[in-house]
Amino acid sequence: MTDPTFTGMDELYRDFILDHYRNPRNAGTIENADASFEDINPLCGDKIRMDLLIRDGVITDVKFKGRGCAISQASASLLTEDIKGKSLADIDKIGKEEVLANVGINISPARLKCAFLGLKVLKLALALATDADM
Amino acid sequence: MSALAKPSAPGLTDVDVERIRSEFPILKEQPHGKPLVFLDSAASSQKPIQVIDAMDDYYRRYHANIHRGVYHISELATEAYEEARETVARFIGARNVAECIYVRNATEGLNLLAYSWGRSNVKRGDVILLTEMEHHSNLVPWQVLAEQTGARLRFVPITDDGRLELRDLDRLLDGAKLFAFTAVSNTLGTINPVPQLAARARAAGALSVVDACQAVPRMPVDVREWDADFVAFSAHKMLGPTGVGILWGRKELLDAMPPFLTGGGMIGIVNYEHSTYADVPARFEAGTPAIAEAVGLGVAVRYLELVGMDRIHQYEQFLTDYALRQLSEIRNVKVYGPDIEHRSGVISMTVGDIHAHDLATILDRDGICVRAGHHCNQPLMEKLGVPATTRASFYLYNTVSEVDALITGIEKAKRIFKIA
Repeated sequence: MTDPTFTGMDELYRDFILDHYRNPRNAGTIENADASFEDINPLCGDKIRMDLLIRDGVITDVKFKGRGCAISQASASLLTEDIKGKSLADIDKIGKEEVLANVGINISPARLKCAFLGLKVLKLALALATDADM
Repeated sequence: MSALAKPSAPGLTDVDVERIRSEFPILKEQPHGKPLVFLDSAASSQKPIQVIDAMDDYYRRYHANIHRGVYHISELATEAYEEARETVARFIGARNVAECIYVRNATEGLNLLAYSWGRSNVKRGDVILLTEMEHHSNLVPWQVLAEQTGARLRFVPITDDGRLELRDLDRLLDGAKLFAFTAVSNTLGTINPVPQLAARARAAGALSVVDACQAVPRMPVDVREWDADFVAFSAHKMLGPTGVGILWGRKELLDAMPPFLTGGGMIGIVNYEHSTYADVPARFEAGTPAIAEAVGLGVAVRYLELVGMDRIHQYEQFLTDYALRQLSEIRNVKVYGPDIEHRSGVISMTVGDIHAHDLATILDRDGICVRAGHHCNQPLMEKLGVPATTRASFYLYNTVSEVDALITGIEKAKRIFKIA
């Protein structure tokens, strides 16, 4: 994924990361969502809430709302694009590797929590929603 | 970058600072292959070789438990531990060495007060006065005390430029048992008028508790001049090791306080049902203390005394002033807190819409260490209307070129984030 022409910080904060940070996709909330969760990363106060609509085991809509660093917000934004229309079984398979591949950059250990906050919120939202909700 | 002429430093000369820097081994490190520019001393300072060596020497030559053994090396350890206490007492102008209690850090000192003094003296309906700029360590212990006793918390508000708004202080102090405040804000750098606040508290019948974590490392502090009742600070912010700090208190107040932690070392006579307690300071030093750390603290204090707290303070003011001027020349940089007249060594800022952690990550790749986040001061961040700030703080080993490196780093971050 990593473009070899980028080096150092220009690589970490590539244009599409800044674009997702400043113009997050699927921003907002969903009333009467089938699954919702909000969490913070206490280290930096990054916050993400995610709302999901689920029909017949498929994510039909997702919105997220948050604040925080470019890494956390862009990675959550990218994740929402990734999961819309996917089945819960497919989402089950999404792991940290996919998130890092989406973000496409090398992240220092201290900042990995930022990158994974969106994924954590998604997984917990789905874990907490009962089958009846879906 | 601005074309401000490089001013010459008051307080410490270039030669002084070069000599000081040569005594801090860590400053030779090169994170990411760049010289280390350490601008986070308000979180924890670096240590001179004298402190590191003294602790090493203790473990190599005379480690033994103190106040217990009758053999030679135990006597040496006891002597070193108590000598360090005397050094600290002299450094802060304590009348009586026994007024200096070793604690783990300022946080533990403040918790000791909240448990020991607080639970014997605070009742339902009493007021505990704090300020809006307190570190969590001088907030949460009082919240817990209030929850457990039914006391009420009040807060001295802050002005737009980050100073204490003292207009209504008398009304706020009405009914207060205690007024706990910081001498220097860890987030805004604000220097508070400690003698004035302590005097106002006393006049209102309240005890004063000073969080001196940011003050003792960077300016001359004399607890008699302050005339407060309790003062807490940590060794690791003043060139000493982690794991030790000091709670200073008026002898007559400490004498009347019950123990906080109990066990060995703090007792008088013990039988199976009941024990009597030792006099202060031993009463508050249960268990085997941090002996090597106390020794390190003593050496750190002597190092600071040798350089001179007046000179350290002047030099820090000079660096802070220089940094504030440079930052004011950069568009889209917002600095929080008061002007240099009322500020010491700490600068909190935001840069455009760059989150503090992104800015700190970019600076880190150039070897520049700054703090990013809420600085253990979440309510104040809410008040400032920002989730986080980036904080640079200076100490005696920092240089004008390091401030320049910070400025260059901020400009680089702005370019990466495409900010005008």
